[in-house]
Amino acid sequence: MPSISLTLNGRSVSGEVETKTLLVDYIRENQKLTGTHVGCDTSQCGSCVVHVDGKSVKSCTMLAVQVDGSEVTTIEGLATGEELHPMQEAFRQNHGLQCGFCTPGMVMSAVDLVAGNPDISETEIREGLEGNICRCTGYHNIVKSVQAGAKAMGG
Amino acid sequence: MPDTGTITSGGIGDAVQRKEDFRFLTGRGTYTDDINRMGQTYAVFVRSPHAHAKIRSVDTSAASQASGVVSILTGADMVADEVGSLICGWNVVDRHGEGHKAPPHPPLAHDTVKHVGDQVAVVIAETLSEAQAAAELVEVDYEVLAANVDTGSALSGPEIHPEAPSNLCYDWILGEEADVDKALANSAHVTELDIINNRLVPNPMEPRAAIGEYDMATGEYTCFSTSQNPHVLRLILCAFVLGIPETKLKVIAPDVGGGFGSKIFCYAEETTCVWASKKIGRPVKWTSTRSEAFLTDAHGRDHVSHVKLGLDANGKFTALKVETIANMGAYLSTFASSVPTYLYATLLAGQYTTPVIFCNTKAVFTNTVAVDAYRGAGRPEATFVVERIVETAARELGVDPAELRRKNFIQPDQFPYDTPVALTYDTGNYEASLDKAMGMIDYAGFPARRAKSEANGKKRGLGISAYIEACGIAPSAVVGSLGAGVGLWESAQVRFNATGSVSVFTGSHSHGQGHETAFAQLAATKLGIPFENVEVVHGDTSKVPMGMGTYGSRSLAVGGSAIDRACDKIIEKGKKVAAHLLEAAVEDIEFADGNFTVAGTDKSKAMEEIVFAAYVPHDYPEGVEPGMDETAFYDPGNFTYPAGTHIAEVEIDEATGVTEIVDWVAVDDFGNVINPMIVEGQVHGGIAQGVGQALLEGTVYDKDSGQLVTGSYMDYCMPRADDLPSFRVDMTTTACTHNPLGVKGCGEAGAIAAPAALINAITDATGAVTVEMPATPERVWRALQENN
Repeated sequence: MPSISLTLNGRSVSGEVETKTLLVDYIRENQKLTGTHVGCDTSQCGSCVVHVDGKSVKSCTMLAVQVDGSEVTTIEGLATGEELHPMQEAFRQNHGLQCGFCTPGMVMSAVDLVAGNPDISETEIREGLEGNICRCTGYHNIVKSVQAGAKAMGG
Repeated sequence: MPDTGTITSGGIGDAVQRKEDFRFLTGRGTYTDDINRMGQTYAVFVRSPHAHAKIRSVDTSAASQASGVVSILTGADMVADEVGSLICGWNVVDRHGEGHKAPPHPPLAHDTVKHVGDQVAVVIAETLSEAQAAAELVEVDYEVLAANVDTGSALSGPEIHPEAPSNLCYDWILGEEADVDKALANSAHVTELDIINNRLVPNPMEPRAAIGEYDMATGEYTCFSTSQNPHVLRLILCAFVLGIPETKLKVIAPDVGGGFGSKIFCYAEETTCVWASKKIGRPVKWTSTRSEAFLTDAHGRDHVSHVKLGLDANGKFTALKVETIANMGAYLSTFASSVPTYLYATLLAGQYTTPVIFCNTKAVFTNTVAVDAYRGAGRPEATFVVERIVETAARELGVDPAELRRKNFIQPDQFPYDTPVALTYDTGNYEASLDKAMGMIDYAGFPARRAKSEANGKKRGLGISAYIEACGIAPSAVVGSLGAGVGLWESAQVRFNATGSVSVFTGSHSHGQGHETAFAQLAATKLGIPFENVEVVHGDTSKVPMGMGTYGSRSLAVGGSAIDRACDKIIEKGKKVAAHLLEAAVEDIEFADGNFTVAGTDKSKAMEEIVFAAYVPHDYPEGVEPGMDETAFYDPGNFTYPAGTHIAEVEIDEATGVTEIVDWVAVDDFGNVINPMIVEGQVHGGIAQGVGQALLEGTVYDKDSGQLVTGSYMDYCMPRADDLPSFRVDMTTTACTHNPLGVKGCGEAGAIAAPAALINAITDATGAVTVEMPATPERVWRALQENN
């Protein structure tokens, strides 16, 4: 079994992993970080989005061995202690979540989507979140949240 | 404790932020698949690849030798253990006085399989990948039979159950057919329409999951489940399927990632996990893949109807006749038989004074997965029938569709209003919602907008949907007379702790609706205590006294009312304690804003002081029990009747047939509102699911093979952010007259209203009489070619 080392939510982790292990399974099962969710088996829903070296990635589409040497951030690593990241706070302020299942992936996608674009338009947000499915909110308040989050992040 | 939101007040009517959100936003929610138990094993089901087949044999010899396999169990093992059939909890009595046909539904099939995905065996192994690998090695010898999947022709297709000749589950009627036929014959105009309500896959984002666990020391089972109604799941598993006393099964539904009806039901998988956990002496965990969810979650809708509406010379509706074939799937699911009958035909009056109505529903079995309640459950189908036929009549007669509706509305002074289809509407003001919606969308300005679109090569259409629903289900006596096997009350327990914090235990499960927030607002307001002091507990049968669950927009109207009643009991008890401490008569004690006061004086005690005295009763009235902990069961006196008007405006690209929703206004009357932010969110989500049904979501079974063609997100088009517009949402209010909160429920309205609004808009734009749902670009393009 190959061994990998990575920085996960700011912490150095290393260990053996089967070559066939998906990144999402490594995060959920090996690292016991269950905030990253699995909502489909065809890489469509985006519930499993995490950041690999700052870029949003569907963690069901990568193997764990591919993140050897990378920095991985999951939803658990976004807030600073009990202080929410501006995008998380925007989702809370704007009721951008209901059941919460798609939320971690949605927030992680949104953070990457708006980076450097504080005035992102509604159309850009809707097109940019095309890879994240939410069944509860009708996206209305997610779009509002992402716009507010973009402003709060300041680009 | 983490910061759970900036609370300014938290009383009824405040758009207070949700208590739930911090844990969801930080990845700290606990969904069933996030739970792992000591010594846990993993279950993978062997499923039928055929829609209809006899099982000749199941050979597990190779699979049982595979790495990590703990046990392989089949239908024969269940038969040996006398595991019962999964049940339908509602018995519909047909037009001849006979009960519906409810053929056996074994959790693991043992002689025949009746739909693709039907469970044949379960492989339990040390790891998930070992269970998956071994499941591939189970050899099932099938004798393939002809499949029957089409709703409209199911009655004449291959027979599926010997107990149900011609695949007929029931042939049910409501109303007097002769009276309706006579009224139609005497009408100045009759509009007829064939209507298909397309089959949908509910698709909550969290797939179903279950863990069964057996404690040999206590003889107690635990079932962790993605359930919308854990108590009902416990009841069914104990009383009907596994024969366990309810004291020996604990059902825990932790955070649940959406449900929309599909997580109401008792399924084969949780049943199997609970049963198998004792057999193997270890916890058994199963998590559905999305592909399995498509094959095994109960689907929704799937009606084929023929509809006639009569009108007199003045445009008043004279009669409505509806003949519907409703697909039940291969087995009768938990609530299935009630959906196309009591939750459908009873809503066919809509918002109108139609004097006579007849509905005939023939429910049929097919080789498809079960069909049961999905957001709205029968009421979207009814609204679609009513609002499509009314719109079509207006176009045939050349009258303004808004005005035709207005002319036929039940008027505010007619309430309570007895419809000809068994319901009594308590209150409403339909014209107020219509007027507000028409104002918001600038109805009068539509012709100018249409002309502008035409100039740009686009077809523009506007569609109205004036919907009504019966929610807050339901009075137990009424549903009992209609065949329900259970009462539909709700329970609540309100427990003060000595230092003033309050635990509210509710049988209404929350899976996205924000009960932890709205119910806390309710209790805080009623008891006059800070919102932050209230903790809502739900989803664990060992903590909550009893519950009937969350569906039919019933949580606030029924569950909230139960909390209100339990709070009343707290206040009554508090008055006795206060009377003693304040040396006054109980009748003279008044309670307001968290204080017990002697009427006409400034002598008062705060709730917290009374509660402390109740737990530290050093100076306490005789004959009053210590403690401050009250339980109430609330059984509603009637359904609630949320209603409103949604208007959709669309632009269609003539070259491609692509429909763009350019505006959407929703004006809903939900009665009193506890948290407007949550209510608006429910409306948005409901509309999105209705838009999904109307534009995007089609469930296709291959007619020959019975295979589910649309079995993943690659083939089944879920609404995405770029498929939808923002919505303009507003409200009118007539308070419900028969529950203490004046509330009606809001969870299903959008899904009920939206499909008719959209199809009315698309047919308006294209000039077609009908465009089938989902109105894909191809269908819309064809409609344009045929009508222009």
